[in-house]
Amino acid sequence: MSKNIVVLDYGSGNIRSVQKGLQKVGANVVVSNDFETCLNAQGLIIPGVGAFAACMQGINKYRGSEIVDKRLAGNRFVLGICVGMQVMFENGLEHGVKTAGLHQWPGDVTEIKASILPHMGWNNVQVAIGSKLFKGVETEKFYFVHSFAAKDLDLQGTEKIDAPLKHFATHGEKFLASVENGPLSATQFHPEKSGDAGLQLLSNWLETV
Amino acid sequence: MTLATRIIPCLDVDDGRVVKGVNFQDLKDAGDSVELAKFYAQNGADELTFLDISASRDNKDTMLEVVKKTADVVFIPLTVGGGIKSVEDVDKLLRAGADKVSINTSAINNPELINQIAQRFGSQVLVISIDARRSNEKHAPSGFEVTTHGGTKSAGLDALAWTKEAVQRGAGEVLLNSMDKDGTKDGFDLELIKLIRPNISVPLIASGGAGKINDFYPAVAAGADALLAASVFHFKEIEIKDLKAELKRKNVEVRD
Repeated sequence: MSKNIVVLDYGSGNIRSVQKGLQKVGANVVVSNDFETCLNAQGLIIPGVGAFAACMQGINKYRGSEIVDKRLAGNRFVLGICVGMQVMFENGLEHGVKTAGLHQWPGDVTEIKASILPHMGWNNVQVAIGSKLFKGVETEKFYFVHSFAAKDLDLQGTEKIDAPLKHFATHGEKFLASVENGPLSATQFHPEKSGDAGLQLLSNWLETV
Repeated sequence: MTLATRIIPCLDVDDGRVVKGVNFQDLKDAGDSVELAKFYAQNGADELTFLDISASRDNKDTMLEVVKKTADVVFIPLTVGGGIKSVEDVDKLLRAGADKVSINTSAINNPELINQIAQRFGSQVLVISIDARRSNEKHAPSGFEVTTHGGTKSAGLDALAWTKEAVQRGAGEVLLNSMDKDGTKDGFDLELIKLIRPNISVPLIASGGAGKINDFYPAVAAGADALLAASVFHFKEIEIKDLKAELKRKNVEVRD
């Protein structure tokens, strides 16, 4: 039985590729912004390209915050991609404008300190031990295109709950390339544009859903 | 563990078909844009560029179909250029599955278009393509001017000043085509790359003049972040995996 995945459609850039990528690795994919559909899917993808503020505007329009909250409370899987990862943090700070994110994770998204921006192209990820998402593609390069990022995630584990797995990349400075935190995962890079390595990662995520 | 230098094959597409210099015996149909894109994606290309050279509007819809079909089977970044005149044109291409668009003459005619596209979709979707050539004219104090119509007409703009303006307006990447080197196959225009690189803070794609494997390293050393070529790849004069192996030998970071 193929798993049923929904890509949240809130008017952000190229979402066709993520849809096709997931189909390629065996998912049954629907592109939707219907509240119930997004809530009930086995896995939900939050895509995102462009500005943080514009993405949050689109996400809020379709009650994205509520959808993500309810899903995570029910231990249902969510994967944020690119700005879809950034919006999981507290705030986005772009061009002097502070925009509230979905605040699933503490910390702000800020500009990367690098001589050349956007960080555009294929880069390595320092994969933390125990990753399910990167299984088999730990040493591969992934496709990034962004100028902003969360630099770290300060979230401790407890006796009962594992601390999030944090995977970093470097361009000028170190930043978070991906996080695995229970039902909530995210990648700053685009797995749907990262060739075979990216498809493997999507397949790995699908496996966990 | 650093960002890889990108190798980008460029396909000229007319009415959905790849034209100009394609010679692939192992493809059933070497003019099929989707087949060729797939071939390159499987053989080490880091990104693909489609340049739509169709003249008519009808053919623009054909291009959208090509982009859709390509994005359905190719999972690396795809840039589409040629004849993009409005924010709506960009919207259609992105929805079809393009990741970036490149604009050239339309930005010269209407620089505000750069701001509009960047504001709507973000700088990362916008490549400013600049056809530059050497000039002693007054309007080109940097020694290079901007041209249109495949390098045949002067736009009356200084290449360095225009590049800086385009980036300032919101272009997220520069595709720098040397019209002096284009088609010569005697190497990239290192002088042009060295002129532009220190003056912009966005990635720079060098184009024009690639003839042999050894032509690529000097362009990287001159400051190019990515290298674009067409005929040397289409005629299999250079295999991307051989090119990357050579760059690796020179300690250039590449994606295996």
